[in-house]
Amino acid sequence: MIDEEFIKGLLAKHSFLSERESIDCLTLESPSGELISFLEYLKTEESFDMLVDLTAIDHGEGEDNRFSTVIHLYSLLHHGYIRIHASCNDNNEPSMPSVSSIYPSANWHERETYDMFGIKFTEHPNLKRILMWDDYPYFPLRKEFPLAGIDTPLPAADVAEVTDASVEPAPMMGGPFVSSANGMVSDSEPRAKDESWTEKNEKPL
Amino acid sequence: MTASDVGYNSKVEGEVIVTKADAVVNWIRKHSVWPMPMGLACCAIELMASAASRYDISRFGMEVMRFSPRQSDCMIVAGTVTYKMAEVVRRIYDQMGDPKWVVAMGACASTGGMYRSYAVMQGVDTIVPVDVYVSGCPPRPEALLDAMMKLQDKIGNETSVRNLTKTKKVASG
Ligand code: SF4
Repeated sequence: MIDEEFIKGLLAKHSFLSERESIDCLTLESPSGELISFLEYLKTEESFDMLVDLTAIDHGEGEDNRFSTVIHLYSLLHHGYIRIHASCNDNNEPSMPSVSSIYPSANWHERETYDMFGIKFTEHPNLKRILMWDDYPYFPLRKEFPLAGIDTPLPAADVAEVTDASVEPAPMMGGPFVSSANGMVSDSEPRAKDESWTEKNEKPL
Repeated sequence: MTASDVGYNSKVEGEVIVTKADAVVNWIRKHSVWPMPMGLACCAIELMASAASRYDISRFGMEVMRFSPRQSDCMIVAGTVTYKMAEVVRRIYDQMGDPKWVVAMGACASTGGMYRSYAVMQGVDTIVPVDVYVSGCPPRPEALLDAMMKLQDKIGNETSVRNLTKTKKVASG
């Protein structure tokens, strides 16, 4: 059981941990330096044997710790989740120790996190992009990256030559295409919510 | 030129048929289109349904879906074309022998659909010439069949013999 006693024991054993407020599962803040040994402990001693997700957060430019990785673990014994939050030290060249030696399933998650946020996972066996192509110059889930994208050459130069195509910002035509969570399906389908502007007519203030 | 133009009427012509080369070539081509299923996302499921018994694309002589571009002449782009995949789509198109046609099936292949994002090409016509666009997200199999019939009409009106002398641009890589 993941109860008060369990949490107290965990915090007493690992002085570097602190608890973070969370509305669902137990969330702990760990310094990135202690992450590997702590995960090893959780896996071998506390039966958190499944890595459910590994991703990152960009807290925005100007934050003291701009990037942090978030790891979700599940214990088949406790029937419960635990979330670990670790901040990257450097805001310009964020990095984090790779946990793929402990949880092999982290391999692709870390590649995706690298692809989207540019967080380098040290000691990762094969850290290259997984969704975007290898030469793509940006990290699309960073806060400063526009959803529409940025002008970039196509991955294949010969195809770009015969087709004259390149990666262009997508037309937003009245805001991002999003679906609203409620209402009739016919109203909640993905669409631009504000149709008063396009790329040609400026957005009213 | 319609099918009746090349119809055989023994009372009028005895054992001889007089017609235009284009009419014969087009008539043969349009009744034996071999599609290349470029299934990239959800639309591909409807494409599969079109081939199954209920909608039965073989009524139009198109049931021979070839996964090899060398053996097919109509690429049905069914799904979301990402910029990463665009290169592959173009290469496969280049590998298809002439004559060849492209059907953009669904909102994504036609315009990028709801994906107004950095990763998705806003319409496959950016990289390959599209003959027929099909609306819908996804289009129903009937819509695809209607598009294929439109394509047949289009093939029927081509200047096939003159087209033989035209050259096309091919990606070199
Ligand atoms: S048009 Fe709709 S159904 Fe077709 S690939 Fe795009 S999202 Fe999927």
